Amino acid sequence: MDLTYTDAQEAFRDDLRTFLDQRLPKRLSDKVRLGQHLTKEDYESWHAALQERNWLAGHWPEAHGGSGWDAVERHIFEEETTRAHAPRIIPFGIAMLGPVLMKFGSDEQKAHWLPRILDGTDWWCQGYSEPGAGSDLASLKTTAERDGDHYVVNGQKTWTTLAQYADHIFCLVRTRKEGKPQEGISFLLIDMDDPGIEVRPIVLIDGGAEVNEVFFKDVRVPAGNLVGEENQGWTIAKYLLTHERTNIAGVGFANQALANLRRIAGLEMQHGRPLIEDPLFAAEIAKLEIALMAMATTNLRVVSAAAEGSAPGVESSMLKVKGTVIRQEINDLTRLACGPYAMPFVSEALEAGSNVEPVGPDYAMPATADYFNNRKLSIYGGSNEVQKSIIAKTMLGA
Amino acid sequence: MNFDLTDERQMLSDGLRRLLADKTDLKAIVEGDRAWSTESWAALAEMGVIGALFTEEEGGFGGAGFDLMVVFEEMGRAGAPEPLLEVVLAGGLIAELGSEAQRAHLEEVIGGGLQLAFAHGEAGARYDLEHVATEARRSGDGWVLSGHKAVVTNGGDADWLVVSARTSGKVGERDGISLFLVPRDADGLTLRDYPLAGGGRGAEIDLRDVSLPAEALLGEADHGLEAIERQNARATCALTAEALGLMERAKDLTIDYLSQRKQFGQPLARFQALQHRMSEMLIEIEQARSAVINLAGHLDAPRAEREMHVSATKQLVGQTAKLVVEEAIQMHGGIGMTMEYDLGHFARRLTMTEHRLGDALYHLGRFSRLRAA
Ligand SMILES: Cc1cc2nc3c(=O)[nH]c(=O)nc-3n(C[C@H](O)[C@H](O)[C@H](O)COP(=O)(O)OP(=O)(O)OC[C@H]3O[C@@H](n4cnc5c(N)ncnc54)[C@H](O)[C@@H]3O)c2cc1C
Repeated sequence: MDLTYTDAQEAFRDDLRTFLDQRLPKRLSDKVRLGQHLTKEDYESWHAALQERNWLAGHWPEAHGGSGWDAVERHIFEEETTRAHAPRIIPFGIAMLGPVLMKFGSDEQKAHWLPRILDGTDWWCQGYSEPGAGSDLASLKTTAERDGDHYVVNGQKTWTTLAQYADHIFCLVRTRKEGKPQEGISFLLIDMDDPGIEVRPIVLIDGGAEVNEVFFKDVRVPAGNLVGEENQGWTIAKYLLTHERTNIAGVGFANQALANLRRIAGLEMQHGRPLIEDPLFAAEIAKLEIALMAMATTNLRVVSAAAEGSAPGVESSMLKVKGTVIRQEINDLTRLACGPYAMPFVSEALEAGSNVEPVGPDYAMPATADYFNNRKLSIYGGSNEVQKSIIAKTMLGA
Repeated sequence: MNFDLTDERQMLSDGLRRLLADKTDLKAIVEGDRAWSTESWAALAEMGVIGALFTEEEGGFGGAGFDLMVVFEEMGRAGAPEPLLEVVLAGGLIAELGSEAQRAHLEEVIGGGLQLAFAHGEAGARYDLEHVATEARRSGDGWVLSGHKAVVTNGGDADWLVVSARTSGKVGERDGISLFLVPRDADGLTLRDYPLAGGGRGAEIDLRDVSLPAEALLGEADHGLEAIERQNARATCALTAEALGLMERAKDLTIDYLSQRKQFGQPLARFQALQHRMSEMLIEIEQARSAVINLAGHLDAPRAEREMHVSATKQLVGQTAKLVVEEAIQMHGGIGMTMEYDLGHFARRLTMTEHRLGDALYHLGRFSRLRAA
């Protein structure tokens, strides 16, 4: 056991800080800090800046254009970028599809798609969930029927995050109706510009529209866009869920949110004193901080073990549950810290580049929206109930 | 002891439930620019709902804690955003302190023709009632007001505002707070209004040398706080009852959804992990109902006892509101996250009840201090 960083790791941290100082525009970090929605261009420009240093997909092997980071380097990257209020890296290409292609893709697919993920040519979204298939993903009904050199896709995906920005979608589709549902699913890459695709935005409870419904009507997809074997999609999906969940605990985001909460509690006044001096409120913050300190170490323990080859199963479920609950509790306390100024709900003020004047202090504006938006953390990516069932199954058998 | 509603209250409750179910258009509330419906307001007045908030000698036909509870629970159950709580607060102050001329406004309020708001909160006040920095100076026979009022619900639609201002003493002191009845179009009063997360609208109000005649003073100068506390207790009863209605509705929506939605070949309601959580929700909501009953029954108690109940009830209901909101959304899954489904509005409105009149932590601290005193 040794909790200190090596000289090389400290040097990496310094390098990162310098980079963030020089290359993260204040315009962008301000948006992140103020909880405003980012545009597609905002994300793209940030991705490009990172890619110049091979840091966009730092955890990818060097052979594929990454930096081959280990667990500690990833942790440092996350810590520093969130501290600096950098935009998050959109996970769909980098964290999800990339690793799938490396493991299951053909050589042509790797050569074609991976560089396009890194240089930002393609923006991917994830087409798994359907109206009737959420936790029970294997019941999905969107079909892909082989027709010569093509698959013809019909059906509907939903909750598709940022489909409005995407030009490609990776989908789980049904290629066989007989047998066990899990054994008739395939993993297909689809161009969103193809005729027959329609995207409809869904307004969420925080007032934003980050998710969409995606409809497919007789969409013709080249058979070469099948990843892995036909009917191997479930194996691929499970691989993605358990093996490549980088950043599942969200420790960096939690640290950033906690620092924000502390700042707000120092500025808000109660009985003529800063709120943070209220012993009850201070105790609530302290409890979260203590939990987060332990969480950070749990995260490192799990990620390190994974790097040494042990496949995280229960562990990644554990990180998902605990990490999301801590983040949600921080959001909860943050909106409470804002007091009555958590009530004004001026959605336009959260739009990218908005110059609508805030009502009350600027930090209060996104507090309620963030609280509601992050209720998603315990729902998506395998709901917390599903994660607990996985843990229980491993622990208790049955 | 008797926990049944009187026949009159039961009729009011049933009638109001039907009326609101018919009149409340959630889609319009979520999407519309209009904060609330004038048509609903007229119907509420006609049915006597506004009158039910006042005693007979004030010109109404109710006014007790249990009248407030019945009315506001139904408002909550419907998710109705009509600014009735402002009538309890501002109307209650006028009824308690007003001169004959001032009280004459109440008839119009009860008839539905007049909108009110209570401009009391200020930046930095959080939920402390005695934190008033806005000043009123004497000028000749009258008064001149200056200051800023924060998140004034219904401020933009109010014909009359009850405004608190300091006539003596320092910010945070109990003495020295006075109340004034101010027309919204008074010279020197400017207002920015905006939507609120739970429906309705709020306003930031600037008062810059607003000149008022002597008759604008409501009650006695310097001694407004006691009445503010009394009406705040009534408003807390109303708001927690509304929260109760919102929770009942969120619970019902969740029960319906769990019964209909199938995953893994069976309704979600079959999963024991969710069954236990629904049970927990029911247990906690029943606790919250008892807490509201406790407060409704102690509104006329001596101050120390009444205020203990104010904080106890607001603490418990606030804590339960968080549980119900979070569990209802979670058990719905993705659909619970959208504004296209009813739960979204109820979740937002319920959460926002915590940001008025004090949240659970605030009242936990206050309750402890009151107990120790
Ligand atoms: C903001 C947001 C973004 C998303 N982005 C994407 C995306 O980009 N791509 C994509 O494919 N999907 C996305 N999703 C979908 C997400 O993965 C699903 O919402 C999730 O899988 C849950 O499915 P569901 O919503 O249908 O809920 P359901 O599966 O219907 O579940 C409802 C509730 O029942 C519980 N439950 C279900 N089964 C059981 C059981 N057996 N035992 C106990 N409890 C159970 C669930 O945990 C949940 O609490 C997103 C969702 C959200 C909210």
